[in-house]
Amino acid sequence: MNLRRLLAIAYKETLQIWRDPRSLAIALLMPLMQMGLLGYGVSLDIKRVPLCVYDQENSQLSRGVVNRFTSSDWFREVAVLQTDRDLRAAMDHGTCLGALVIPVNFSRTLYMTGQDSLQVVFDATDSNTTNIATGYAQGIVAQLDADLAANWRGAHGETARSIGTVDLSSRVWFNEGLDSRNFIVPGVVAIILSLVGSQLTSLTVAREWERGTMEQLISTPVTGLELMFGKLTPYFVIGLLDAVFCLGAAAFWFHVPFRGSLFTLVLTTALFALVVLGIGYLLSVRIHNQLGASQIALMLTMLPTTMLSGYTFPLDQMPEAVRVISWFVPARYYVTILRSVFLKGSSLLDMAVPVIALLVYAAVIIRAAARAFRKSLD
Amino acid sequence: MSGAGGQVAVAAREVRRHFGALAAVDGVSLSVNHGEIFGLVGPDGAGKTTLMRMLAGVLRPDAGEIVLDGVDVLADPEAAKARLSYMPQRFGLYEDLSVDENIFFYAELFGVERKARKARAAELLEAAGMAPFRRRLAGALSGGMKQKLGLVCALIHTPTVLLLDEPTTGVDPVSRREFWGILYSLRESGVTILLSTAYMDEAERCSRLALMHEGRVHDCDTPARLKQAMPGVLFAVTAPDPRAVRAALEDAPGVLGALLMGDRVNLRADSAARAPELAARLHERGVAYGDIAQVEPGIEDVFVALTGAGAA
Repeated sequence: MNLRRLLAIAYKETLQIWRDPRSLAIALLMPLMQMGLLGYGVSLDIKRVPLCVYDQENSQLSRGVVNRFTSSDWFREVAVLQTDRDLRAAMDHGTCLGALVIPVNFSRTLYMTGQDSLQVVFDATDSNTTNIATGYAQGIVAQLDADLAANWRGAHGETARSIGTVDLSSRVWFNEGLDSRNFIVPGVVAIILSLVGSQLTSLTVAREWERGTMEQLISTPVTGLELMFGKLTPYFVIGLLDAVFCLGAAAFWFHVPFRGSLFTLVLTTALFALVVLGIGYLLSVRIHNQLGASQIALMLTMLPTTMLSGYTFPLDQMPEAVRVISWFVPARYYVTILRSVFLKGSSLLDMAVPVIALLVYAAVIIRAAARAFRKSLD
Repeated sequence: MSGAGGQVAVAAREVRRHFGALAAVDGVSLSVNHGEIFGLVGPDGAGKTTLMRMLAGVLRPDAGEIVLDGVDVLADPEAAKARLSYMPQRFGLYEDLSVDENIFFYAELFGVERKARKARAAELLEAAGMAPFRRRLAGALSGGMKQKLGLVCALIHTPTVLLLDEPTTGVDPVSRREFWGILYSLRESGVTILLSTAYMDEAERCSRLALMHEGRVHDCDTPARLKQAMPGVLFAVTAPDPRAVRAALEDAPGVLGALLMGDRVNLRADSAARAPELAARLHERGVAYGDIAQVEPGIEDVFVALTGAGAA
């Protein structure tokens, strides 16, 4: 390899990126847009679910129950209903996502028999949200139950202590607020890097074929390796700058706690950048047209990165077959690494498996890309 | 061929290349001497570009041998590439790079020293009349200037062999003259030039020509000797309706070929004595004509006569 030729290619490529609005937009605007979109838009937390209240009893106890719901962070009262028809209408019109229905004889039945039920109706069109909201409702009711039991025992001269109720206190580690943003934002970096890296490089060789510059280029002494590393160098730098921007935004703008070492983060990011750049380059070498190469790059990187990296959809909950496929998705390892570095402060050693997986992936892809290039018009 | 290096700059022997069922280059042999301007002449589809690509080492032949400046192109294409410069038919430079940036890029690829590059670039741009356009993007140049820039980039590393595939197609006459000016001065400095062209007037400027037709090289000689080698004599018949003249005389006895040339028909006949006969035949058929005169054949006439190509 001749360094001078490699640098000549890198310099030429840099000039071309700088003068190509499309490449520049992908390199500079895409990360900004994606970070804003995914950082703000995607949230798995469901808070302040709109709730209608249909309190048929309107007693002290029932108002207390309503209060437990509406004073929580999870539900907010949007309407008070008077009739069954109202309930139907409210659900139909989407005024609320759920309705709390307390039956007429709620407190009487409860005191007489020691048990009664109240009803929470949910609009399950969005089943995921409904599942989570149901969980919240069950939590509130469980608490209500426990408090009522304690009251009842107190009223009957028994102390709560003597019965020995178990107080379950759960603690969540690493993401104390169970804030899904802390979970998602580091993963967004993987998405952006996949997108930018593979998109930009998928154009680079295909463009030379399309514009007819390849014929003259291959008539010079330049070698395939010089061409590859020369072309990848500026994109690698752009990829790292984008990553620094995104990681910075994650830490300082979205306030995702950062507990790991910067060195580990940069090293693993560089490794992942090599993988995605290599995929884009390989496609560009194989497919001699820009549109085709960039479409396939999108399909091969964006799709698996969003669906199969565990960035939003937990891999543990996927069918076995899909999980096996995910082992072949490089972003999977990078997302794991990002989260571990950010939230757990893991070291390279702690993450030996994903790091080695990325290393192997990078080596295989770069080697394949180097071998794929033919200095010939055939 | 006649020894490695030595007199011969480019030697091809029995070179073949197929694309599917089509034999684009069907067993071509030619040898170009050092310091020649060698022309590969033929219509579109004759196989010129395919042959040029194989000579430049960017396309592999199915069979045959190519030796360029003593280097076997098939065995060691990279060594050959350091000695040659190839200018493809389609503009091969970067339109989003300026004139200077393109030159710099190709100078770096060929490892030209900085000082040498500056001096040579200035000299070549001056000769091409492009000195005022160094900062202009290549895409914003006219067709002729693009070709001249291509030539400048091809020459920045002082190759021994220059391969030009239809370098003046679509170039205005002034730029074409400048282009040839550069080629002549290159030949004086010892560069071997092999160019392909579909322009017959341009072919006359070459020191030797190879007539290429349907993937084969038919004859290979100086323009003057090719003309002498043409069997028969040539008459130019001017006429208001040259098509009618051709129709009337095409199959007259002794006529070997008829070629429509604008306001006249070039008739190739077996002997100069046929002129009165031909005039009589036109009278007889009532075809108007101006004059029948024996003329020197052009390369186009020679090409048609020697390759047996249909009327162009």
